[in-house]
Amino acid sequence: MTPDLIYGLTGIAVFAIGLTGALCAQDRLRRVLALKLCSLGAGFLLVVAAWREPPAAPDPVPHALVITGIVVMISATAVALALIRRLQSLEAEDDD
Amino acid sequence: MTDPFLILDLLLAGAVIALAIATLTARDLFAAIVLFIVLGLLSALAWVRLSAPDVALAEAAIGTGVTGALLLKTLHHLRYVAGTLGEQAAHGVTPVTPVPMSVIWANAAFCGLITLGLAIAFLDAPLGGPGFDALVADAMPASGVDHGVTAVLLNFRSYDTLMEVVVLLAAVIAVWQIERGLSEAPAPDLSVIWQGFARLTLPAIVVVGTYLLWKGSEAPGGAFQGGAVLAAVGILLLLSRLYVPHPSHRALARWGFVLGTGVFAGVALLVTGGGRVTFEYPPEHAKTLILLIEGLVTVSIAVTLAALFHGREPVALRAKEAGHDA
Repeated sequence: MTPDLIYGLTGIAVFAIGLTGALCAQDRLRRVLALKLCSLGAGFLLVVAAWREPPAAPDPVPHALVITGIVVMISATAVALALIRRLQSLEAEDDD
Repeated sequence: MTDPFLILDLLLAGAVIALAIATLTARDLFAAIVLFIVLGLLSALAWVRLSAPDVALAEAAIGTGVTGALLLKTLHHLRYVAGTLGEQAAHGVTPVTPVPMSVIWANAAFCGLITLGLAIAFLDAPLGGPGFDALVADAMPASGVDHGVTAVLLNFRSYDTLMEVVVLLAAVIAVWQIERGLSEAPAPDLSVIWQGFARLTLPAIVVVGTYLLWKGSEAPGGAFQGGAVLAAVGILLLLSRLYVPHPSHRALARWGFVLGTGVFAGVALLVTGGGRVTFEYPPEHAKTLILLIEGLVTVSIAVTLAALFHGREPVALRAKEAGHDA
């Protein structure tokens, strides 16, 4: 049992939970949360791939990829949330 | 002899999985978002255990902090539109039509199969194998900085990072377009204590953000982490109404958004010539150029993230809203 094995399986589990949630969730906000869980799981796997048994230093390239991924993910989330806000307002106007 | 840290790893992994399930099963959406924020912070802790402090900082600041603020703001807006702000719990924001259980089970079964495949692939893959470690270590002296992740982000893989800044720019343009003319939910009334809190913490956050940026050339930290911490200043200012966006600030905000991308692309093109290709910094000036890019990209990231939180573009208040504010 090493940290990379433990956290690698954790990452796969989080990804699976997110995937199931994204397919099954009805609520829009919850679906965004589920997709964010998927991205978190993918981040776990990349960080695990970069891990080396200490004292060896980890591989910086996957780390840079995860940081890029986090920034891209917040951009996508912000656009998705803006679309949700707009959609909700339009639906509320239709109801009136 | 078991390593005591192994117990921490197992507990942390268990907590992360439990929180992931709880995030999606919590009935109250507010609770779901808070659970997601806790999950993000615990993941950051796990990544520290995997000796990835840069990623952990980025996840804590951007993936959890700013994202959490965005999610909570959206929930507030949705509840305002639906007229359920006064209610204790928010069970859902979209009308739900029941889905047959068979469909849910079929989905779950397919997800199970995909997960099984992923797990088998992961367990078969060689772990800790040679990656880019040796290549990065060889090229470090020419990078101009002493920290691997910063060297990769701003020197070896600059195209990636440039595109990342462009994605942020695209996101803020998209959000301004989508929210055009959308009426905003009134900000929750924050008490006097909050104002005092903002006054006390704002200077500290500015110092921490700048330190993270400056430290990035030799230790974990850098433009993205520093930018996100500085964006928190913007979010606090917006929430506490110490700063109210005015239509005349739009031009300044636009310059803020494109500053990072512009300078990054400009430096990349200016260093070409004399046998060098785009992004090939002359080694003797590499550190200066990287710090210049990082500093201005940080400003852009901070402004962009705060604008993403604010959402719609500041427009002239309509008569009704102006009257309401007065």
